[in-house]
Amino acid sequence: MDYEIIVVGGGHAGCEAALAASRIGHKTLLVTSNVNNIADMPCNPSIGGSAKGIVVREIDALGGQMGKCADEGKIQIKMLNNAKGPAVQALRAQADKVIYPKLMRKELEKEENLTILEGMVEDLIVEDNVVKGIILSDGTRISSKSVILTTGTYLKADIMVGDTRRREGPHGEKPSQHLSDNLRKYGLNIIRLKTGTPQRIDKSTIDYSKTRVEPGDDKMLFFSFDEHKEYDTSKQTPCHLIYTTAETKRIIKENLNKASMYGGLSDVTGVGPRYCPSIEDKIVRFSDKDKHQLFLEPESNIEDDPTYGNTIYVQGFSTSMPHDVQELMVHSLPGLENAKILKYAYAIEYDAIYPTQMNLSLENKVLSNLFTAGQINGTSGYEEAAGQGIIAGINAARKVEGKEPLILKRNEAYIGVLIDDLVNKGIKDPYRLLTSRAEYRLLLRTDNADLRLRKYGYEAGLISEQQMNKLNEKIDLIEKLKEELKNKSITPTKEVNEYLSSIGSTPLQDGIKLYDLLKRPEVKMSDIEYFIDLDYSEEVKEQVDINIKYDGYIKKAEKEALKMLDLDNKKIPDDIDYSLIKNIASEARQKLSEVRPTSIGQALRISGVNPADISILMVYLKKEYYYDKR
Amino acid sequence: MEDTIAAISTALGVGAISIIRVSGKDSIEIVNSLTKSKKLVEKASHTINYDYIMDGDKEVDEVLISVMKAPRTFTCENIVEINAHGGITTTNYILKLLLNNGCRLAEPGEFTKRAFLNGRIDLTQAEGIMNLIESQTEKSRNLAIKQLDGKVSNMISDLREDIIKVEANIDVNIDFPEYDDIEVLTNEKILPSLKDIREKMHKILENSRDGLLVKDGIKTSIIGKPNVGKSSLLNRLLHENKAIVTDIEGTTRDIVEGKISIEGILLNIIDTAGIRDTEDIVESIGVKKSLELINESDLILFVLNNNEELTSKEKEILDLLKKKNYIIVINKCDLEDKLVINDDNIVRISALEDEGIDKLKDKIKEMFNLEKIETEDFSYLTNARSISLLEKAEKDLNNIINNIDNNLPIDMIELDLRNVWNTLGEIIGESYDEELLDQLFSRFCLGK
Repeated sequence: MDYEIIVVGGGHAGCEAALAASRIGHKTLLVTSNVNNIADMPCNPSIGGSAKGIVVREIDALGGQMGKCADEGKIQIKMLNNAKGPAVQALRAQADKVIYPKLMRKELEKEENLTILEGMVEDLIVEDNVVKGIILSDGTRISSKSVILTTGTYLKADIMVGDTRRREGPHGEKPSQHLSDNLRKYGLNIIRLKTGTPQRIDKSTIDYSKTRVEPGDDKMLFFSFDEHKEYDTSKQTPCHLIYTTAETKRIIKENLNKASMYGGLSDVTGVGPRYCPSIEDKIVRFSDKDKHQLFLEPESNIEDDPTYGNTIYVQGFSTSMPHDVQELMVHSLPGLENAKILKYAYAIEYDAIYPTQMNLSLENKVLSNLFTAGQINGTSGYEEAAGQGIIAGINAARKVEGKEPLILKRNEAYIGVLIDDLVNKGIKDPYRLLTSRAEYRLLLRTDNADLRLRKYGYEAGLISEQQMNKLNEKIDLIEKLKEELKNKSITPTKEVNEYLSSIGSTPLQDGIKLYDLLKRPEVKMSDIEYFIDLDYSEEVKEQVDINIKYDGYIKKAEKEALKMLDLDNKKIPDDIDYSLIKNIASEARQKLSEVRPTSIGQALRISGVNPADISILMVYLKKEYYYDKR
Repeated sequence: MEDTIAAISTALGVGAISIIRVSGKDSIEIVNSLTKSKKLVEKASHTINYDYIMDGDKEVDEVLISVMKAPRTFTCENIVEINAHGGITTTNYILKLLLNNGCRLAEPGEFTKRAFLNGRIDLTQAEGIMNLIESQTEKSRNLAIKQLDGKVSNMISDLREDIIKVEANIDVNIDFPEYDDIEVLTNEKILPSLKDIREKMHKILENSRDGLLVKDGIKTSIIGKPNVGKSSLLNRLLHENKAIVTDIEGTTRDIVEGKISIEGILLNIIDTAGIRDTEDIVESIGVKKSLELINESDLILFVLNNNEELTSKEKEILDLLKKKNYIIVINKCDLEDKLVINDDNIVRISALEDEGIDKLKDKIKEMFNLEKIETEDFSYLTNARSISLLEKAEKDLNNIINNIDNNLPIDMIELDLRNVWNTLGEIIGESYDEELLDQLFSRFCLGK
């Protein structure tokens, strides 16, 4: 055995998977086609965003790396949805495309158990549906106990621009030619997906006076729950906002049939993401709109970097138009009349595995000891990839150790929602996390990711004793503060009521505990501090505020979650044969046979399976498996 | 942690007694909270207890309640059965109270399913139960489709559409906060559309309550002193109409004396004892029996004699009537006026001379909004399940509107809105998971 765990691919999923596996203590190999592309950000230069920012916090809580590298490698950070409720707030940073990968690579190279190898994987060593290693393009065989595939867009990647299609990856590299065919040969269902990316512009050729400045937040913000370096909030690099013009619209409409997806190419089969359509899609589908919003995002502050040093990413302008049309399009934008395009926009098609073929542990159902994470599972986004990566790394390690896998529940983590959706619902287009996908989003907040998940990171061996102690102190302080607010009451004195009126709150008739006063939506923790001196950190105060204020909603969500967990605990035996349950609807039978849920709860979440089918299934299980013969 | 479920387990609207069955861990507590005595929790298992079902301070019905504690019950869970008086409105009212106080409406075959899963039913019956669930689901699906008029189904769909539009917009604001060319919804902005949705829901509900009466018939009793003219009134009504059914199939034979269709309006005349054999209910059976009759009925025709003064017993009955739909029918108007009475619901007739019967019919139509049903192009939900669900949706929407007044963040409001949308989906049998996302991506222009 050459290695215990092999990770194929050095993107965001691969890095987290390799770090997790090696940090847990397993001899790990990371194979990548180009070591210089490790942790590369081939698309937008940002990390986080709505829901995604929470995933980064979850990865950090579990002991992953993305949040720490983003904190150190950011050039700007914001809290999104600040004016809304706590459940939907999330961090988004503009990351430096030069620094971030460098920091990540340094982390990988630090790990004693981890070896990095440059090479192209074209096949797996498979015996009786058990994966035992990989085979490189030169025929080299490397054996391992388990393999994690995190190939991103590199399975049969095709770059499409206008009427041209070239088999290459985002940086013009050679993609894997045979791996997806071989996976199909082993019995996996392979699908074709598509995504795209906009132009990169020379930053010195933009007239910023015609744009609106989009700065970072004034408050210092961090993804990571651990120690972090302070930074000067006034020195963040801004983004800039512009809008497309009537001229842009005219150019696109006139040249529409030259875009790859609108006739430029006749053989496009990949399904693109609904949430990030190309600019031509937007103009066609929303023809009544005169203008579309675009963000100019700097890719790096390292000006001498040959790839990213001078580039601006035009967020919202992704296209598959030929280069000459792209020139016209870019020059029709305000401030970009004389802009120089350093890299043209393109669409990319790639192979992926239909995700219902994996277990919730991310291990494949057909090929055991094979784990997959990231775009190969049909997702999109750095954060979604990294979130799966750390789970695949942990579970590959646990498989090697003969332990039960770590499966995060839908009420525990966005990562849990993501994987559960992939496995049970499958995908139609590249999957992006959204807050609306999380039915328990009130429990899955950015502020409590550590309280939710650190324990799992600790159990997995990725969180230290010291980190755990810090968390436990926080938990104790939260309880202490709650007690303090329960024990202190205020009475309706003139002063108290004058203060309450001044903050738009109803004056008191009777005495009230501060705990109950804080339940009022308009009363903030800072108002409570008018009545009592509190010596607690901001994080502790925030937890207590949210827990008290939204108590009713949180309890309701917890109750709903308990119901789900109860159903999740009703197990379905592995050997069940759905063709034997005659009363079940045929669509449900087909879906159940395909997904092979491990619990009643999981079965209920499969699209196409109705409650009546579940009832029949439960009666069948009771009859065939669990009937008490006494 | 199984839910506590409830359902009406007798045929609705026809029997004199209807049974509402409640099963689950909290069934005794929930029903107890609705009783007048609040002593149900203290009762021994397998007992039948006399009580009232209350809606706050209001007596809804006089009932008998069976308490059966786990595990020696049909489902092996705590079971409570409420024997109510069977009027459609009353039975639905009680079911609605249960649903509003923590019960969930039982799925088809669910009591039997629980019985089996909890080991109550023999293994050999498993096949049967699976068949039962399948057929009942099929049946209720068919029924729902059949009963759900296309128009009302569209109305519910439209309501859902209205709600999901608001939701999708809120979600887009959350998931793509940087897009300033999408309208940012605030509590103030969504309030008018939510109030509009509530208004529409309310209208459907109002129509449905009346519509149900049209479909299943208005349980009507005619009461009054001997010789006051009850029989003549009944005969006059029967005579007027050729479509008299006296022998009704099934369990109702001895209960419903006759069905009278007055221009499409069905009156189920119940318990007309005292009419045919001229036995005097008010005088000899007394006020208590009258009260029972009144409770059972959707409509009471209280017949008085124009030629006599009001007796004290009649005054007592008048007080009892105040909570119900009633019409005071003053008969013998061809004779001298001796009766002095003030009420809004008076119709003066002379059964003998066949005068005023049309006015009585008009009054009934007016009372149940039937005029509107006939003339307006109007739709309504026809089964108790749908009505209960819509009532739940309306109640939840009311809470949301209150929460908006309390300034709750809009993303919390959206969570509640999702529940309303799901409830409406249950009525028309639709809950398409991806619908929200479809809305999101088809209506808003987003992207990198």
